[in-house]
Amino acid sequence: MIDNDLLVKVSDAGLYKDGKWLVKGVNLNITKGKIVTLIGPNGSGKTTTAKIALGLYKNIEGTVERLTNKISYVPQKVSIDWTLPVRVIDFMVLTQDLRDQEINDALNLTGVEHLKNNNLRELSGGEFQRVLLARAIAKKPDLLVLDEPVQGVDFTGEVELYALIKKISETLQCGILLISHDLHVVMSATDYVVCLNGHVCCSGTPVAVAQNKEYKELFGEKSSHLLSLYEHEHDHVHDSDGNIVKEAK
Amino acid sequence: MFDDFLFRALIAGIGIALVTGPLGCFVVWRRLSFFGDTLAHSALLGVILSISFDINISLSIFAVSSLVALILLRLQNTTNLAGDALLGLLSHSSLAIGLLVLGFLSFIRFDIMGVLFGDILSVNVNDLIIIWAGGAIILFVLWLIWKPLFASTVNYELAEAEGMNPKRVNAIFTILLAALIAISIKMVGLLLITGMLIIPCAMARNLSNNPKQMVVLSIIGGLLSVFVGLYASFEINTSSGPTIVTVAIILFILSLSRIRKKY
Repeated sequence: MIDNDLLVKVSDAGLYKDGKWLVKGVNLNITKGKIVTLIGPNGSGKTTTAKIALGLYKNIEGTVERLTNKISYVPQKVSIDWTLPVRVIDFMVLTQDLRDQEINDALNLTGVEHLKNNNLRELSGGEFQRVLLARAIAKKPDLLVLDEPVQGVDFTGEVELYALIKKISETLQCGILLISHDLHVVMSATDYVVCLNGHVCCSGTPVAVAQNKEYKELFGEKSSHLLSLYEHEHDHVHDSDGNIVKEAK
Repeated sequence: MFDDFLFRALIAGIGIALVTGPLGCFVVWRRLSFFGDTLAHSALLGVILSISFDINISLSIFAVSSLVALILLRLQNTTNLAGDALLGLLSHSSLAIGLLVLGFLSFIRFDIMGVLFGDILSVNVNDLIIIWAGGAIILFVLWLIWKPLFASTVNYELAEAEGMNPKRVNAIFTILLAALIAISIKMVGLLLITGMLIIPCAMARNLSNNPKQMVVLSIIGGLLSVFVGLYASFEINTSSGPTIVTVAIILFILSLSRIRKKY
């Protein structure tokens, strides 16, 4: 890896809180133009790891180096209280100053330009996620941290948004740290996968991780539904292994 | 037509309404109304200290309220007690200590009603200077920290991740609240200052769909309450604080009719 492209370097990081390790021994590098995906069961420390990378915890084990200040964050949960009247257009400029053109372009990219003057509380879950994503990309960040960015989005929208995220990483040349549950979709749209379960259980390219024994055990035990989904996808990768992984269906 | 003291009270009231509008919106957005009460209760200790040591009343209140605010921020980091319990602890311990000290001062003539409910008759030119100068400083600082404060109100971690310093702006905001209480105690009184802070904002929320509009309407609501409240308190001879807050409540009730139509 070329050092110039490095955005974040997390070395042997962990967080100990209320008598237990939320996550331990995490190593990962985020570089320009690449997508790093965190997967793992509930409570495996995905969000904690993302927050460690963002520098939101003070007392962590290990070190985190951040080589950029242009960071955008899409948290897992953003709840807006009724007492706080915020329109989409107010939300877009929450932490940044934007020209009208930049606001329109970003909302257009995620397909919610028509909601510009709506109140945030009037949006559906999927629309809200698109607005969150639009806000995060509007200022063209170097580093984008997305904590389950497509939750609540319908299936076609989901595929569309992952394609958009991929496109963003290519056109803006920004590094992306992505947290996802959608194994089947995410595996094809990512450059590097870190599989967490309180520690890094395995990491590598999507193909390498999919063939890892620990990964299989982890997701096999947690959910047979996921397993079948995964097995299906896994078989598929094997089938087309000689050809190209991209080949769908 | 205006007697001199009424004119002074009006100028004072305008100054306070201009500050309570924007600060009150943040108090409502951040669910800090009980916190406002705590600071106001601690102001009684400030008043009593000011009398016993013969120091400026606003300065004394500001010092005590800021101290209580900082202790609270400290306790939030060091104990696991829930927020409302911490507030109750601080609120009533400062109230108890204040009343205790008051007991030792029985030889001093002391108008406790004026402190609790406000007293327009006592507003002098000196107070006007404190209100307007203090108010201008509070608004200026709020304007400086507006963006990070608003961002951290919407989502604390998002603001922090994107390079803002929510912890610092929260602390500054707390100090601003203490300062507001210090300058407005003579007009509104410490029991009702929280009402003056949140009721015009609650009214404004019913009528607005974005944050800036809500702030502007809160200021207008506050000004209306001061105009009508002061006039009424002069005409029917009531305490200024309760009258102003009652007018604010009437405005709030009127604003409810608007929201029923809307939804």
